[in-house]
Amino acid sequence: MAEAEARYREKRLDRGIKVRADTIYAISSYREIFYLVLPRAFPVFALLFLPIVLSSYWEKVLVYACVYGLLALSWDYLANCGLFSLGQAFFLGVGAYIAGALSYYLKLPIWMTIPIATLGGGVVCAAFLSPVVRLRGVYFAMVTLMLPLLLMKMIETTGIFGGTHGLSALQPFPKEWIGTYTVVVVFLACLFIFRRLINEDYGLVLRAIRDDDRAVMSAAINIYWRKTQALFVAGAVGGFAGAFITHHYQFVGMSVFALDYSILPVGAAALGGPGSFAGAALGSMILVPLSEALRALGGMRIAIYCAILVLSVIVLPEGIFHYIERKYHQFERLVRVG
Amino acid sequence: MGAGVLLEVENLRKHFGGILAVFDVGFTLRRGEFLGIIGPNGSGKTTLVNLISGFVRPDSGKVLYKGEDITGKRPYTIAGLGIARTFQMVRLFYNLPAFKNLIIPLSSSRVKRLRGGEYGERDDVAVDLLDDMGFERDSFVPYKLAGSLPHGYLKRLDLARAMALRPELLILDELFSGMAMSEVASTLPLIEKFHEEGLTIIMIEHRLKELFRVVDRVLVLNYGQKIAEGSPQEVMETEAVKKAYLGIDVEIK
Repeated sequence: MAEAEARYREKRLDRGIKVRADTIYAISSYREIFYLVLPRAFPVFALLFLPIVLSSYWEKVLVYACVYGLLALSWDYLANCGLFSLGQAFFLGVGAYIAGALSYYLKLPIWMTIPIATLGGGVVCAAFLSPVVRLRGVYFAMVTLMLPLLLMKMIETTGIFGGTHGLSALQPFPKEWIGTYTVVVVFLACLFIFRRLINEDYGLVLRAIRDDDRAVMSAAINIYWRKTQALFVAGAVGGFAGAFITHHYQFVGMSVFALDYSILPVGAAALGGPGSFAGAALGSMILVPLSEALRALGGMRIAIYCAILVLSVIVLPEGIFHYIERKYHQFERLVRVG
Repeated sequence: MGAGVLLEVENLRKHFGGILAVFDVGFTLRRGEFLGIIGPNGSGKTTLVNLISGFVRPDSGKVLYKGEDITGKRPYTIAGLGIARTFQMVRLFYNLPAFKNLIIPLSSSRVKRLRGGEYGERDDVAVDLLDDMGFERDSFVPYKLAGSLPHGYLKRLDLARAMALRPELLILDELFSGMAMSEVASTLPLIEKFHEEGLTIIMIEHRLKELFRVVDRVLVLNYGQKIAEGSPQEVMETEAVKKAYLGIDVEIK
């Protein structure tokens, strides 16, 4: 019995292609070029092509997915240097209110408000959070969780920036497709730039801070300054997302500080697989449309949504992206044993 | 401050809860000197290193480096001034190739400054450094994951990580612990070479035989206090040292 079963064994092998050595670019066939380019080109073409074919409703869903995707990328960037944030809503809200205020009070055009809100969001987030970069793990998470709630209450009680009514009738994107493509292109650019950056020496130091900050300190690197830089980058990305939805809705209100914006990006990153950016991006591309598709189910929506999330985290704790990546680079064959 | 003094430690004191880890320890280190620090387990040697390198803040006392007060400064500031250290338990990034571990110190502003504002090709510099440490450039060793290297290599990698900062003072915290005799034999000449090239070194060690071969002066700690200081021979003749090491008053023949 046992002999008959053991005669064949499944063997898994890694495909023997070195994508890029530091100095050597060697690709031997079209097949290999295709093998390497496909996983990178597919999401680009898919995202650029989708707005053309999708109905107006699902185009809005795609925009949503990109906004959450940007927040998830921003979350993953912080996670890469050991800062576990639960306050992406803070990043989003700061950018949204900067863009809203500039547009409402100063009547600045859209092409000025978005860049200013992006940079301003980065500066404000870095400034607000730099005093707490010494905190790690759950302590940092708690501070970031509280900040958007704090700002929300401040706006509610003082009535600044329109208070509970928010600022409305803001300048929209000239055409809807311009808005859609803006967020899609920025999302893709952000994904590929982050993926490249994290493998450069700069990213290597960031990841090292996450793994062992004392070892990095003993290498004469000011880890708090590096973390503040990471906060600026993450804040700028969140700030852009905020400025975008302000002009997308032509409205900014306290809802930009909602807990959804903090929690869903973390869920997306957990689902897709943290640490690689592609996982966070993939996660948000799954979660947001899924949430919309479940809308038809009415009251059970949230329950089913949560069940799917819980199941996926249990079944694939490494994340969907890491699973796909691993499988893509392996092939299986049966080998005869004995 | 006398001429040629690199490091002055004055009445350094640190307690953790009710335990006095370091109690009024002071010493002076001249440029180019090789100081050994010995003492039984728990005598405060590592705490002393942590106090100097900024990982632990002292309750009182002072550390002067080149006449500048560096007491309580942040570890990265102190490392940036040229005090590099290794760790008793090596702190490396095991999921990186060995040479990539050196990219971190090589990315520091200190190295940039010393290299004239030019980082250069860090990977090449890293492999050069490892080559000097006995990781042969043409072998696979520098490119293997740090996690797959034997312990002796890890210790030398940690040493290379410290040397990548081009330090003026090198503090070795039990570099030889866990090393095989052959690994010690191949690492000791490296340290001697650094010393001959003018590097000031503080070395904490339990292997007295190897330590005494290379150091100029030894400082003995027991229960956080300095109980003896002097040349290796002088120190080992001291009653307090014999007592600390052997626990009782015995004659050593």
